[in-house]
Amino acid sequence: MRRLTPYLLVLPGGLWLLVFLVVPMVFMASVSTQEGDVVNGFVQTFHFATYGEVLAQYQTQFLRSVGYGLAGTVISILIAYPVAYWIAFKGGSRKATYLLLVLLPFFVSFVLRTVSWKFLLADDGIVLGPLKSAGLVGEDFHLLQTTAAVIGGLVYNYLPFMVLPIYVALERVNPTVIEAARDLYAPRAVAFAKIVLPLSLPGVFAGVLMTFVPMTSDYVNAAILGGPENTMIGNIIQTEYLVNNDYPVGAALSFTLMAAMLIGIFAYARALGTENVLEAAAR
Amino acid sequence: MRTRGIGDRLLFGYVWLVLLWLLAPIVVMIVFGFNDTASKSNVSWQGFTLKWWGRLGDYPDLVNAVSNSITIALLATLITTVLGTLMGLALGRHRFRGQGATNLVMFAAISSPELVMGASLLSLFISVGLETGYVTIVIAHVLFSLSFVAVTVRARVVGLDPSIEEAARDLGATPWVTFWRVTFPMILPGVISGALLAFALSIDDFVITQFTSGATVTFPLWIYGAVRIGIPPQVNVLGTMIFMVGVAIAVVNSVTARRRA
Repeated sequence: MRRLTPYLLVLPGGLWLLVFLVVPMVFMASVSTQEGDVVNGFVQTFHFATYGEVLAQYQTQFLRSVGYGLAGTVISILIAYPVAYWIAFKGGSRKATYLLLVLLPFFVSFVLRTVSWKFLLADDGIVLGPLKSAGLVGEDFHLLQTTAAVIGGLVYNYLPFMVLPIYVALERVNPTVIEAARDLYAPRAVAFAKIVLPLSLPGVFAGVLMTFVPMTSDYVNAAILGGPENTMIGNIIQTEYLVNNDYPVGAALSFTLMAAMLIGIFAYARALGTENVLEAAAR
Repeated sequence: MRTRGIGDRLLFGYVWLVLLWLLAPIVVMIVFGFNDTASKSNVSWQGFTLKWWGRLGDYPDLVNAVSNSITIALLATLITTVLGTLMGLALGRHRFRGQGATNLVMFAAISSPELVMGASLLSLFISVGLETGYVTIVIAHVLFSLSFVAVTVRARVVGLDPSIEEAARDLGATPWVTFWRVTFPMILPGVISGALLAFALSIDDFVITQFTSGATVTFPLWIYGAVRIGIPPQVNVLGTMIFMVGVAIAVVNSVTARRRA
């Protein structure tokens, strides 16, 4: 009986994950090679050609999504690192308060914060309205429906996922090590480059993992802040599943996206050392 | 106050700029809940009013969406907390076959894109002919929060001193009594944090919910549907209320955690 205890404890949750995470992936793979339509039903015909067709048709959206994901991730690092650094080393007794401020957007629904940005960036909105009436920007200048608005929205929505892991890594840096370097006449910049930065890299790696994947597969920001030129692969998958009910196309796209992400994550993990990434991700 | 270098001051200014940018849309949301706008689209400032706080019932489908969001979050949190706590106990306390696989699947659940999880769940529901709606939303919400609760509880279990439980057993307590009188109170803070996280994830979720909702509407889905026709001020008010409650719980939780430490 005692030896069975861990299995009994894991069983309900494990079954849930198996039935609703692992099994659905199998069904999605199966749906992706079916043919038919929503009225007459779908039949399994092992029609692998769908993959070639959707890749050819939606190549632009795939590449655009990866591009937006990369741009968003790099911008997030540039914005998040100084903030995390400041909180970790200069936050003093107010660290918890600053972290709460960084996390405050999470207390507003994801859709609602994105809608708020649409509202802020609107042509006659709070930002552009005064600028336009003062004649500082032209009447035909838009912020909405631009690439900048979509990437800005992505960065805004996922920034805390970059700040937190970098903060955790910096927080673990023993300040006496930095002091030792300074005592040995290392200039500030050298102490940072040789000690602080390398020790914080696992946090950056974890942050990249936690922001790039959701940014690349996002469709809410492109739908609310972007225009027809900003359609991401997520928008296509969402439309195929929920509007066109063309499940095989949606499943093939979604499966391709997942495979690309997995290959990307494993290549990334190998390049950096698996333990590094797994350890960082586990925190 | 010791004097700061110019670099420190620049950095301080930069941090506040970023914080202002992070808070800007929240401030806009709260302020425009007090806007005395006449039309349904709430886009320009027309003067201060409190009337929207008293007119939350103007859109019955919005009220219904909010109540769906809350009951789904409560239900999903309850199931997730029980299953996740059991998993966390097993993973933190025992060594067993399949432990590595369990960890791997949990890692996959945390790192999979929501879009892929939603699309695959819908593929499953379509294939087996299960109509999507309230129940499938709850299933999906338990799925994506389960691993977070298990990880939170596991962290707490690993940090426990096993000699306390041994002492209870040496003093003649049965395993059942030891669990409820000794182990459970010690892991309770982890269980509570996990439950709060599960609730927050559920009430805010949009992507997986959209794929698994069928005809059922939650608060985020209602907002998304209203974007094209204009968001009424009631949404700002409801968003503000959820924000206030969330911040209050977070502050209370962190204060009591500090006191316990």
